[in-house]
Amino acid sequence: MGITDMTAVELAAAIREGKNTAVEATNAILARIEEKDKELNCYVTVDKEGALRQAEQVQEKIEKGELTGPLAGVPLAVKDNLCTQGLLTTCASRILNNFVPTYTAEAVLNLQKAGAVILGKTNMDEFAMGSTTETSAYGVTRNPHNTDHVPGGSSGGSAAAVVAEECFYALGSDTGGSIRQPASYCGVVGMKPTYGTVSRYGLIAYGSSLDQIGPLTKDVRDCAAVLEAIASHDAKDSTSLVREDTDFTSALVEDVKGMRIGIPRDYLGEGLDEEVKAAVLQASRVLEEKGAVVEQFDLSLVEYAIPAYYTIAAAEASSNLERFDGIKYGYRTKEYEGLHNMYKKSRSEGFGEEVKRRIMLGSFVLSSGYYDAYYLKALRVKALIKKAFDEAFARYDMILGPVAPTTAPRLGESLADPIKMYLGDIYTIAVNLAGLPGISVPCGTDSKGLPIGMQLIGDCFQEKKLLRAAYTYERAGKAGNNHE
Amino acid sequence: MANIISDETIEYVGILAKLELSGQEKEQAKKDMGRMLDYIDKLGELDTTGVEPMSHVFPVQNVFREDVVTNGDTREQLLSNAPEEKDGMFMVPRTF
Amino acid sequence: MSKQYETVIGLEVHVELATKTKIFCGCSTAFGAGPNTQTCPVCTGMPGSLPVLNKQVLEYAIAVGLATNCDITRYAKFDRKNYFYPDNPQNYQISQLYLPICRNGGVEIETEEGGVKTVGIHEIHMEEDAGKLIHDEWEDCSLVDYNRSGVPLIEIVSEPDMRSAEEVIAYLEKLRLIIQYLGASDCKLQEGSMRADVNLSVREAGASEFGVRTEMKNLNSFKAISRAIAGEMERQIDLIESGEQVVQETRRWDDARGESYAMRSKEDAQDYRYFPDPDLVPVRVSDEMLAEIRARQPEFRNDKMKRYKEEFAIPDYDIEIITQSKHMADLFEEAVALGAEPKKVSNWLMGETLRLMKEKEVEAEDLRFSPEHLVKLIGLTDAKAINSSVAKEVFEVMFEENVDPEQYVEEKGLKTVNDEGALRKAVEEVIAQNPQSVADYRGGKEKAIGFLVGQTMKVMKGKADPGAVNRMLKELL
Ligand SMILES: [Mg+2]
Ligand SMILES: [Zn+2]
Repeated sequence: MGITDMTAVELAAAIREGKNTAVEATNAILARIEEKDKELNCYVTVDKEGALRQAEQVQEKIEKGELTGPLAGVPLAVKDNLCTQGLLTTCASRILNNFVPTYTAEAVLNLQKAGAVILGKTNMDEFAMGSTTETSAYGVTRNPHNTDHVPGGSSGGSAAAVVAEECFYALGSDTGGSIRQPASYCGVVGMKPTYGTVSRYGLIAYGSSLDQIGPLTKDVRDCAAVLEAIASHDAKDSTSLVREDTDFTSALVEDVKGMRIGIPRDYLGEGLDEEVKAAVLQASRVLEEKGAVVEQFDLSLVEYAIPAYYTIAAAEASSNLERFDGIKYGYRTKEYEGLHNMYKKSRSEGFGEEVKRRIMLGSFVLSSGYYDAYYLKALRVKALIKKAFDEAFARYDMILGPVAPTTAPRLGESLADPIKMYLGDIYTIAVNLAGLPGISVPCGTDSKGLPIGMQLIGDCFQEKKLLRAAYTYERAGKAGNNHE
Repeated sequence: MANIISDETIEYVGILAKLELSGQEKEQAKKDMGRMLDYIDKLGELDTTGVEPMSHVFPVQNVFREDVVTNGDTREQLLSNAPEEKDGMFMVPRTF
Repeated sequence: MSKQYETVIGLEVHVELATKTKIFCGCSTAFGAGPNTQTCPVCTGMPGSLPVLNKQVLEYAIAVGLATNCDITRYAKFDRKNYFYPDNPQNYQISQLYLPICRNGGVEIETEEGGVKTVGIHEIHMEEDAGKLIHDEWEDCSLVDYNRSGVPLIEIVSEPDMRSAEEVIAYLEKLRLIIQYLGASDCKLQEGSMRADVNLSVREAGASEFGVRTEMKNLNSFKAISRAIAGEMERQIDLIESGEQVVQETRRWDDARGESYAMRSKEDAQDYRYFPDPDLVPVRVSDEMLAEIRARQPEFRNDKMKRYKEEFAIPDYDIEIITQSKHMADLFEEAVALGAEPKKVSNWLMGETLRLMKEKEVEAEDLRFSPEHLVKLIGLTDAKAINSSVAKEVFEVMFEENVDPEQYVEEKGLKTVNDEGALRKAVEEVIAQNPQSVADYRGGKEKAIGFLVGQTMKVMKGKADPGAVNRMLKELL
């Protein structure tokens, strides 16, 4: 077993035990990036020198006994919409092609305190708007399983980097499935925590009421360890929650006996690829064998989640992205006549097509005369969707379903028809509207060898249940391998 | 398509959003926006009378800061990303 | 003018709150720092930064609402007002539209006819101030300083209840007094800590419908407000008389030219796309919070005037003037608490203080001398350690620099000379040098002694007690 195929927790243990060092691990990963990233393009920025410098410092602290955590010394990749002090942060947009933040996102700071080594910034859909990592201004990221396919998105660079062993784990952000879906396409574990669990300070906002930062990891144990490290109440984020149950690694128990799991019938209906459906149902049977009680049920309002989501997300995005104006930071057009022309040219040249599409839509639904009919209506539907989940969780400990209707599409296939692309988010989006935690766990591959993910959705604050079920499933799969 | 987006609407939204679209982009934007709005109109099927619009999922309230000064002089950092600056300030096209 | 017109005026008053830090970040609000030195990622719209509400802002806003008879909104929210401008770093201003903190209030003003009228307050909301734009002639560009960006404001929106410039001024004076009494702001128009936008329309007298209104900005003194109202009234009537339409628009008043001009351009759609700010959580005003703020409310002017009448033997007129400024009332009360006689304190305030305020164009809120020093000065005169003209001289220095009068009198050697011998010597000298006046006095011209007293004071360099001089002269003559 080479050093790069260790999990994060395994590597940290090896470093603690003196079998490896953080510097060794960093060098090995940097070599791997050197080898693979020209083709895959997981990274927008690789900070070679910085990573080695951090590795040395962290190693010293580990040796002195100052750092003892389960992630100390482990190199990671950070999605490029998380601000990192002194390190280029682009959101995969031309408009931030030269932005070097003077502060670091709280979630990243938490990892640094735990002894993390930041390798660089991963590619993504521009401003996290997309499901394929093809809208990046810095080129597409390719799926390591098959480079003709997309890695998913928007945290595609993070997911691909984890599976390609170009990092030990990565941070992503999830506004409508942007962690879970690429995790599914790339065959890694990805989790979106309950809204408010991880501080959003330093996360460049897309849809503020929907955005959450979360881990992309090689297995469930790593996922729990990373989530435990990044979850914190932050006085700088008014929407951050005070939680006392963030000892997520304590949930790594192989036991789902008596757990009630519901599968929404609507999640298995039209549009779902047969191979994906088979893999997900097979996974549910594994959990059943382990003692869970699985049944299908009707979760209402499934088809309303996407229109509600795109209204709310676009509205918030149109406002959140107003600050990119070519005055304080980022791209400014070269020639202009007067202020408003400068704004328009800078923004039109700086933003990509999909971003402009959503800004236009968002500005429209908030504009005078349409606010009630579109925006407020969407917020009302959101309330109904939340209620539908509340009812489901009164009966079930968690909901099980696919992450996405298909496996990773071929490059270039999705962007042609935006609405079709948006439909691909059908199983992930409602989770963000209702602020719920959701995890994507690999559950097989299709006939082309592309990974399939199963999604577990919990009630608010029930990450531990999800981790327990995911961990139980993962162990069962490793033992019997009966789901491939 | 039920929602027909006019040139005026695209022009108007462009003013609001400070985006300037080329002729071709404009045509595409009209189509895209019309289709998206058709899709969003689906929400109209739901009766939401009496349902409060939900901005925040959790009833978190009253998150305050104390009135205590925490800033230092970080002007140099602030201006480090400025496209154009002068005399410690951001330079912009004349506004008056 | 062939017809009779009525002017209908409503005000939007922005008041900068006296907090130490900004509304959504911990940056200092202190005035006069170098450009952009009081900033952070939050108040400069850096990507990924998030706002957190300053509790003091909420408390001040509620206190002003209570003092202006508003209903306090128990469940309030912040909204984003979206518009692009370089002084607005996020290109949205965090304000309140849908659920402002205070609603349905009003204050009473005295009308010219001596009656009382209520000006309704539609709402009071909290919001952030914008940065400052400075025009650079040299480069023909503008420069942005974000020190003011995020400074907390309350915007007090009146009902269209005012009918004249006089009523507008009376309303503003009333608001200013209430807010100064609360300590929520110093409310200085010149310095921009109180700003008024005037919404004005005209209609034929007796009409029930409102005319089309305009909004006038950039009014930074009471005088400018009066002139702008007169100017806009005339402009609108002229339009109507000549058969034209008044256009609803925002206009900027140029006080130097005495003219206003329309501010709007094609690029300002004035469609602010307000929506609840997802980065901020709602404010729930509990009974306890409200009770606490209510308990902390100060004694307002009317109660103060009543109490003064009962407690202090000073004229009603003095009470009127003193309570017109919270600062002056505080000076008065503190000086009295330090043991000074109320009438004597009042005399200083009514006399020399008002005179110097007028002469040096100083507002009551900007008076610099401390009550301790005023009490000391009164003590010095009471003890006849200095005479009244020296006291006035010392007071003027106190007025400017808040010097300690005891120390100052000592240092400058201004103490009255009580040395009997020195005084006798001076009087003898004056008698010897002014035989004519002496003869006049002796001849029965009582008035002649005044001249001799003056001459003696001159010889004593002013440091004598005029009473003692008078006595000594009479004795020696
Ligand atoms: Mg306002
Ligand atoms: Zn600040």
